[in-house]
Amino acid sequence: MTALLEVEDLRVAYGKIEAVKGISFSVEAGQVVTLIGTNGAGKTTTLRTLSGLLKPLAGTVRFEGETLTGTPAHKIVKLGLAHSPEGRHIFPRLTITENLQLGAFLRKDAAGIDKDIQRAYDLFPILGERRGQAAGTLSGGEQQMLAMGRALMSRPKLLMLDEPSMGLSPIMMQKIMHTIRELKSNGTTILLVEQNAQAALSLADCGHVMEIGKIVLSGTGQDLLHDESVRKAYLGED
Amino acid sequence: MHELPQQLANGLILGAMYGLIAIGYTMVYGIVQLINFAHGEIFMVGGFGALTVYLALPGGTALMLALPLMLIGGIATSVLVGVAAERFAYRPLREAPRLAPLITAIGLSIALQQAVWKWYPDAKKARTFPQFKSDAYEFWNMTIQRGDLFVLIAAPLCMLGLGLFVSKTRTGRGMQATAQDPDTAKLMGINTDRIIVMAFAIGAAFAGVAAVAYGLRTGEVQFRMGFILGLKAFTAAVLGGIGNIYGAMLGGVVLGLAEALATGYIEEIPGMTQFGGGSWKDVWAFVLLILVLLLRPQGLLGERVADRA
Repeated sequence: MTALLEVEDLRVAYGKIEAVKGISFSVEAGQVVTLIGTNGAGKTTTLRTLSGLLKPLAGTVRFEGETLTGTPAHKIVKLGLAHSPEGRHIFPRLTITENLQLGAFLRKDAAGIDKDIQRAYDLFPILGERRGQAAGTLSGGEQQMLAMGRALMSRPKLLMLDEPSMGLSPIMMQKIMHTIRELKSNGTTILLVEQNAQAALSLADCGHVMEIGKIVLSGTGQDLLHDESVRKAYLGED
Repeated sequence: MHELPQQLANGLILGAMYGLIAIGYTMVYGIVQLINFAHGEIFMVGGFGALTVYLALPGGTALMLALPLMLIGGIATSVLVGVAAERFAYRPLREAPRLAPLITAIGLSIALQQAVWKWYPDAKKARTFPQFKSDAYEFWNMTIQRGDLFVLIAAPLCMLGLGLFVSKTRTGRGMQATAQDPDTAKLMGINTDRIIVMAFAIGAAFAGVAAVAYGLRTGEVQFRMGFILGLKAFTAAVLGGIGNIYGAMLGGVVLGLAEALATGYIEEIPGMTQFGGGSWKDVWAFVLLILVLLLRPQGLLGERVADRA
């Protein structure tokens, strides 16, 4: 059986600086896979390449067996790969509803879209209360909810979340992590990039530790959570 | 000559024309952050496109009947040139430093002027544009030429159409998304290349409409007409808040009114006599721009750029 997403020897460079230096991993349908590591490890670069915003130097990306290399970003969404970018990037001067509608830009089923918008409001009630408000007026945590809700609007087969907990209060972070757990239990396949290794590993089926452009360690979430070197480097223990 | 209603009407006519052209600057800037300095020439070729259609029609065709076809010809010419400029001049430079497309725009502006000068028959001098022969409309102490009525009707219609398109349609919303955050727009499945072409095309179409209005008003088209009008329309776009389509129209009308009022009334201020009249109107237009930029740098309806975090 082939995995939903297969990445093989992926290399990405900004000019002459190689940010991702040949990584391989895969994501099976229904799994939550996480990439952890410090700033500059190449996690965000990896996601931006998978969604087509960056062109890889070398390597292959296969999604449902199909090679994605060279496919423009707007066509990758259509194949079922949604990306909630680092820093949230909601459309600040559009309303919450309009942001969600944009998430469903490629869908034509108006009734289904309305139903999914309602589901986003059920998942994040605060968004429903403020649906007519410009998204730029939301707090950081609320913007993160909107970014996640928007990514789900394309009904993705794989949801990529980049640093969903970044810059959030501990309470808001818990809420976001709880939502990811909920999505997981509904069977959503997720590729999660996080700096908060503890939170990410405790809900992931599988994790990869990245350091300066390479995967240095892989294992199940629980294995990595209890790995001594991971505990020292990423979980703040001596 | 100095009655207020007449000056206001003149200002409004001029302003509507500025506004139509300003839309092109503001839409392109809003989407790709490029000041398309060739837009004045995209306006100019529209005038020649409309003239060409008129000359191709059988002699003696009533202007009223010819006008829709001329309009199509003007719009088509402007759109063709605008879209070609995007495709062949600006798109290859999309990842280049900002200065490169800017210089390209200035070069393209000169090239288009010279191309018309050299290759359009008899374009070395101004060419006569057809005009309505019938009487002007007179009401409320105002005289409005028949030709000017065209822009007073066309500009609001164009604006209304554009406003509805941008706010109500799926493509329009994709356009707003691309303006606010192009990379994220791609992640929504929006083909941003197509949106950019569309922004150029809409701006050019409005310039084509403005060119027909200009021809009807002045009775001529000439290869240099895009320079000063383009500069004024750019001023209008900045005045209204560049990137904002309603700002472009408002900036155009404010600028047009300011020019008309300055032409009519500055010379009546004691000691200012020599600064009044038509020859100083461009100076007053730019004085207004400087004042607005000092007091409100983002323009009348502009938003601060900081929210693009």
